[in-house]
Amino acid sequence: AGGRSGRSLTPWPGQQEKLIQQELTSLKATVSAPTTTLRLMKECMVRLIYCEMLGYESSFGYIHAIKLAQQGNLLEKRVGYLAVSLFLHENHELLLLLVNTVVKDLQSTNLVEVCMALTVVSQIFPREMIPAVLPLIEDKLQHSKEIIRRKAVQALYKFYLIAPNQVQHIHDKFRKALCDRDAGVMAASLHIYLQMIKENSSGYKDLTGSFVTILKQVVGGKLPIDFNYHSVPAPWLQIQLLRILGLLGKDDPRTSELMYDVLDESLRRAEINHNITYAILFECVQTIYTIYPKSELLEKAAKCIGKFVLSPKINLKYLGLKALTYVIQQDPNLALQHQMTIIECLDHPDPIIKRETLELLYRITNGQNVIVIVQKMLDYLKESKEEYAIINLVGKIAELWFIQTMNAVFSVGGDVVHPDIPNNFLRLLAEGFDDRKEDDQLRMYAVQSYLALLEEEDALYPQKFLQVMSWVLGEYSSLVTDVDPEVILTKLHSLLKKTVITSETKMWIMAAVTKIASHASCSKIVDKLIQEFSNSLDTCMRQYAFELKHLCEDKALMRNLLPFDGSCNDMVVDASLSFLDGFVAEGLGRGAAPYKPHHQRQEEKLSQEKALNFEPYGLSFVSSVSSSGVTGRQSPTGLSFGSDTSGNSAETGHKETNTLKLEGVRRLWGKEGYLPKKENKVGKENEPQTVSCGSLLAGQMGDPPALRSDQVASLSEEDKEKQQLASTLFIGLGSNAGVSLMGKADTATQKFKRKSKINETQSSEEASDFQDSAASDFGPLLDTVPINMEDCEGNIRTRLRKASLCSSDIVEDNLAFETPQSLKKSGPDDRLPDIRLSQSSLFADSNIEIFQPSRNAQSESASKTPLVPCLSEELEELTHSEVVELCQSDALALYLCKVWTDDSLLLIVFVSNKTTSALNAVNLVFEEAEHFQSTTYQFPVIEAQNVERCQKRVWMDKICTQGILSGSVNYQSEMETRLEFSITLSLVDFIRPMEMTTEDFGKLWLSLSNDVKQNIKMSSSQDSLSATLSTLQQKLKLHIVDIIGNEGILACQLLPSVPCLLHCRTHSGMLALWFRSPCSALPDGLLYQCQKVMEES
Amino acid sequence: MQFMLLFSRQGKLRLQKWYVPLSDKEKKKITRELVQTVLARKPKMCSFLEWRDLKIVYKRYASLYFCCAIEDQDNELITLEIIHRYVELLDKYFGSVCELDIIFNFEKAYFILDEFLLGGEVQETSKKNVLKAIEQADLLQEVILRSVLRSLNV
Repeated sequence: AGGRSGRSLTPWPGQQEKLIQQELTSLKATVSAPTTTLRLMKECMVRLIYCEMLGYESSFGYIHAIKLAQQGNLLEKRVGYLAVSLFLHENHELLLLLVNTVVKDLQSTNLVEVCMALTVVSQIFPREMIPAVLPLIEDKLQHSKEIIRRKAVQALYKFYLIAPNQVQHIHDKFRKALCDRDAGVMAASLHIYLQMIKENSSGYKDLTGSFVTILKQVVGGKLPIDFNYHSVPAPWLQIQLLRILGLLGKDDPRTSELMYDVLDESLRRAEINHNITYAILFECVQTIYTIYPKSELLEKAAKCIGKFVLSPKINLKYLGLKALTYVIQQDPNLALQHQMTIIECLDHPDPIIKRETLELLYRITNGQNVIVIVQKMLDYLKESKEEYAIINLVGKIAELWFIQTMNAVFSVGGDVVHPDIPNNFLRLLAEGFDDRKEDDQLRMYAVQSYLALLEEEDALYPQKFLQVMSWVLGEYSSLVTDVDPEVILTKLHSLLKKTVITSETKMWIMAAVTKIASHASCSKIVDKLIQEFSNSLDTCMRQYAFELKHLCEDKALMRNLLPFDGSCNDMVVDASLSFLDGFVAEGLGRGAAPYKPHHQRQEEKLSQEKALNFEPYGLSFVSSVSSSGVTGRQSPTGLSFGSDTSGNSAETGHKETNTLKLEGVRRLWGKEGYLPKKENKVGKENEPQTVSCGSLLAGQMGDPPALRSDQVASLSEEDKEKQQLASTLFIGLGSNAGVSLMGKADTATQKFKRKSKINETQSSEEASDFQDSAASDFGPLLDTVPINMEDCEGNIRTRLRKASLCSSDIVEDNLAFETPQSLKKSGPDDRLPDIRLSQSSLFADSNIEIFQPSRNAQSESASKTPLVPCLSEELEELTHSEVVELCQSDALALYLCKVWTDDSLLLIVFVSNKTTSALNAVNLVFEEAEHFQSTTYQFPVIEAQNVERCQKRVWMDKICTQGILSGSVNYQSEMETRLEFSITLSLVDFIRPMEMTTEDFGKLWLSLSNDVKQNIKMSSSQDSLSATLSTLQQKLKLHIVDIIGNEGILACQLLPSVPCLLHCRTHSGMLALWFRSPCSALPDGLLYQCQKVMEES
Repeated sequence: MQFMLLFSRQGKLRLQKWYVPLSDKEKKKITRELVQTVLARKPKMCSFLEWRDLKIVYKRYASLYFCCAIEDQDNELITLEIIHRYVELLDKYFGSVCELDIIFNFEKAYFILDEFLLGGEVQETSKKNVLKAIEQADLLQEVILRSVLRSLNV
C-alpha cells in the first residue's frame, strides 16, 4: 500500500512544488506524533524517500528511519533499513544508533533479518564500530546458506575498504571463501582479492594457479547454468579474474607464463557476437598487454583490437580507441595499421570519440607531429564547453606543445630571439601553475627533452637555448629519478669544454653544475671540473670554480644556499646595502665626500646656477606617484635593474625571476593566443632549417591543406586530405615500413610542407613588413648623425645614443666613463666639448637651424611691427603654444613660443626691441649647461620697435620628465646688459601621436619589452573611459587607436621615433595604465605625465 | 561503481543510489549536470561519457535513462550489461516493467537493486537467485498480512 504514495505526487507537475511542500508538512507532523503506528511510519518513510529524491529537505525523518529499523516487524524493518541506507552516509552521526539494531538482527534466527542486517552493513557502517559486529560476521562465513555467506563476504569487503587493518587477521578466511563450493560466494571473495592484489601484487603470486584454474573452469562452462548471462558463462566472474591475472602477471615473466594458455582460451571462446563477449575480449586484451608479453598472444590481441576499431558499433569503436591508447606505447605500429580509422574518428560527430582519439594521439606525439596534433587539440578545445575536459586537455597541450615548441623556437631562433623569451619561459616553468603535480610533470618533461637533445653528440645549439637548458637541468634535473646526476654532469662538462660555447653560456652551465652538485653527494666530475677551471684564464670561470670548490667542502651551506626549487622564493636583498656601512664610515673618516644621489647632484647643479628654483624638479615624480593613490606599482629602478643585469650567475637569474614577477604569462600569451608574430619572424629567418616551425604555421593558418590534384589523381579530395593528415600525424612513428602503408606517405608529407611554406611566406611577408616598418621607425633614431659634425664624432654620438636608448643607466655610465678617456687620447682638442656634452646631454640639439634675421622682416618692421610678436603664417598653422614672455628689461623683451611640429620641437624666441632706437650686437646664448650645448645667435642690430626671432630645434635624447634650457641675452645699449632666462621643456613637448591600426598596435605591443603598469584613481568627472582618453589625447598628444568596451589603446612616439604604446582599462573607479616601449625610461616618464594630467583634470 | 541514477526523458529523477559518500549538495549538483549532459546526447552517440573525472555509462530503455558512474579502469561494456541485467530483473519482477512501475514501487526497485549490486559491486549475477531473495522477503509480507487479517477476524 505504501508503494502507491507517489501517485498523488506525479500527475500535476505544475503543482508539484506546492503539493510536496504540503506533503512534507503533514509528514513532519505525522512522524513526530506519538500516536503514529509503525505501519503508518513505514508509509511515511516511503513518501520521505520519494520527497528526498525530488530534492526536498527531509532530514527530520532520518531518526525515525532508524527507529523503524529498530522496532518494526520484518516489512517495516526492511523499509527502515532501506531508508537509512538512502538517507545517511557512512560518516553520519545518527548511524551509531543503528549499530545495536544491526547486532541484534545479525543474531536473529530469521534468515531474512540476517540478510537485511548484512545488506545494510555492506553499504554503510561506521568505521569505529566494526569491532562490534566483526565476530558475528566472521561466524556467518560458516553459515549453511550460501546467500548469508555471500553477504558476509561482501560485508568484509566493505570493512576491508574502509578499515583494512581491522580485517587483517581474517585473511585466511578469505581464502576459505575463495574455495567456497558456491560460485557466488567465491565470486564475492574476488572483490576482496582484487583490492588486495591492487595494493600488493607480490603477496598473492601463490594464488595465481588457483585463479587460473577457476578461470579455466568458468571458461569451460563448468559452472551452474544459473550463472550464465546470455549463454556466456559467468561474464562478471571472468572479467574479475582477468583483471586479477593482469595485476599478478605484470612485469613478472614466471607468473605470466602460467596464464598464457587460459588467456588464449578466453580469446578463442569469446566468439558470439554479443556485447558481453566484447566486454570479456576487451578485458582479455588489456590483460595480455599488461602482463609479460608473449608475441603470439599479442598478435591475437592486436587482431582483436582491430575488430573493435573497425566495428560499426560506436561503443565498440570507442573501446577500440581506448585499447589502442593503452597499447600504443608498446606497439606504435598498431596505430599505423588503423591510422585511417583514427583520422575518421578525429572528425567524428560524437565529441567523446573525438576526445578519445586525441587521447590516443597525445600518446604518439613526437617532435615531428606535435604541431598537427596540438592543432587538433586546440580545435577540440574551441568546441568543448565542459570544464573538466578543458582543464585536462589544456594541461596536455601545455606539456606537449609548450616544451617542444619552445625547443623549436630556441633552436631555430637561436641567439636572435629576444632575451625576454627565454626569461619568460623559465619564469613560467619556475612559477608553474596551480597544480604542483602538473608543474613537476612539465618540468620533468623539459628535463627529459633537454637530456635527449644533449644526447646528440655533434648537435650545435644556440647559446640562449643552451642557457635555458642548463638552467632547467640545474633546477629540475633532480625531479627525474632514473637519470644519474653524474650523467648530466658529464654532459655539462663536455659542453664546457667546447670552444663554441661563449663564456656567458659557460656561466650558466657552471651555475647548473653547482646546483646539481648541491643535490648529489660527491662527484668525480665536479672535482675534475674544479681542477680544470681553477686555472682557467677566464676570471669568471675561475671565480665559479673556486666558489664551487668551497661550497663542495661545506655541503650543509651549499644546500642551504641552493635549496631545491628555490627559484621562486623571494630573496631578501638588502637594498640599502647596509652591510657596506662600515666601509662607508671608514671612507668618510678618511675624508671622502658623502655620497649624493643622482637627483640631488642634479638639483644642486641647477640651484647653483639659479638662486631660486621655481621649477618643479625634474625627477621628483616618485613622490607625486605616491600621492596619487598608487596601487601595486613596481619600482622602475627594480625593473630596469632586473632586466639589465642579464644572468651571468645563477643568483642573478634568481633575481630576475623575482623582480620581473609582475609581468605574467601575457607576453607569451597575447590576446589572440601565443605570440605568433614573433615565431613567424623566427620562422622566416631560418626557414630552410625548420620543418616544424613551418607546419605550425600551416596549422595556425587553418585547415589541412589540399593536395594538388595532378599528384595523386586517383584519390578523392577528401581521402587525400585524410591521407595527408595521417602522414603528418603518424610521422616518425614506428618503422618506415609502417609509414609506407600509406603508399605515398612521403610525397604527401612533402606537399604538406610545401603548402605550409606558402602560408609561411605569406606570414613572413607580413612579419617582414612589420619589421621593415619597425626598422624605419627606429632607424633614424639610432643612426642619426648630426649633420654639422664630422663623421668621427657622429659615430661616437650614435654609439652613445644607442646605449642610452636601448639599455640602462648602468651601461651608459660605463660608456660615459670610457669614451672621454679614449677620446682625449685620439681626438683633436676642439672636439672635446661636444663629446663631453653629448655623453651626459639630456637633449639633443644636433640640428640647429639659425634663422638669420631676414631682410624682409626688416622692411616690414619699418612699416609697422607689433611689439608682441606673432608667428609667421606657415608656423601659425602648426600646433603651438601661446607666446609667453621669457624675460624683459627696459630695452628688450624675450618671448618664447613652442611649436610642436611633426618631427621636432621648435623653439621660437622673439627678441623684441622696446626702445625707440636700434640695439646693436644682441647676442642670444643658450647656455652651456649640463644638458645643453651652447649656441649663440647674433643679431648685429635690432631696429627700434622691432622684433627678431630665432628658431631652435630640439629633440629629447635621454628621457626625463622635465628639463631646463637656460640661456641669456646680452646687448649693447648704453652699457653692456645681460638678461637671463630659462625655458622649461617637458617630455610632452617631444611626444607626438603615432597613428596606427589596431592590428599594428597588437604586433608592436607584442614585440616591445619594457613595460610599466600602474593603477590610478579616476576622479568622478572622468568617469567614462572615452572622456579620460580624450583628455590624454589632448594633453599628451596621444593617438587613440581603438576603444573596445572598457579598454582603450593609445599610441604615441617620442621624437624622432621611439614608439610608446598605452593600454588603458577602467574598472571600479580605477584606470589601469600599461605602457610598453622599446625604451625603458619612456614608459616611466609618460606615466608621470599621465598622472599629472589626470590630477589636473 | 560510484553511483547509479535513473531518470526520465524529462529529466525527472526516478531512482538514485550512491556508493560513495557525498554531501547532499554535491549529489544534487552532480545529478543536475549529469542529467543535462546525458539528455543532450544524440541517440546514435556512444554510451560512454568522460564526464568530469568520472566515466559515465548510460543506456536508455523506453522513457528511462539508466546511468552509472564507474572508475577509469572499470570495464565499460560490462557496466552496460549490469544495467541490462538490472532492467531484466525489474522486467521479470514487475512483468514487462514500465516507468510507472518504478515510480509507484520505487522501494521495490531499490530492494532488487540492493540484492543485485551491493556496495557498488555485483553481488549476485544469477537472475533466479536475486528474484528468489526478493520473493522470500515479499512472501513474508503476505504471511504477515494474512496473520493480521486473521487476527482481525477473530
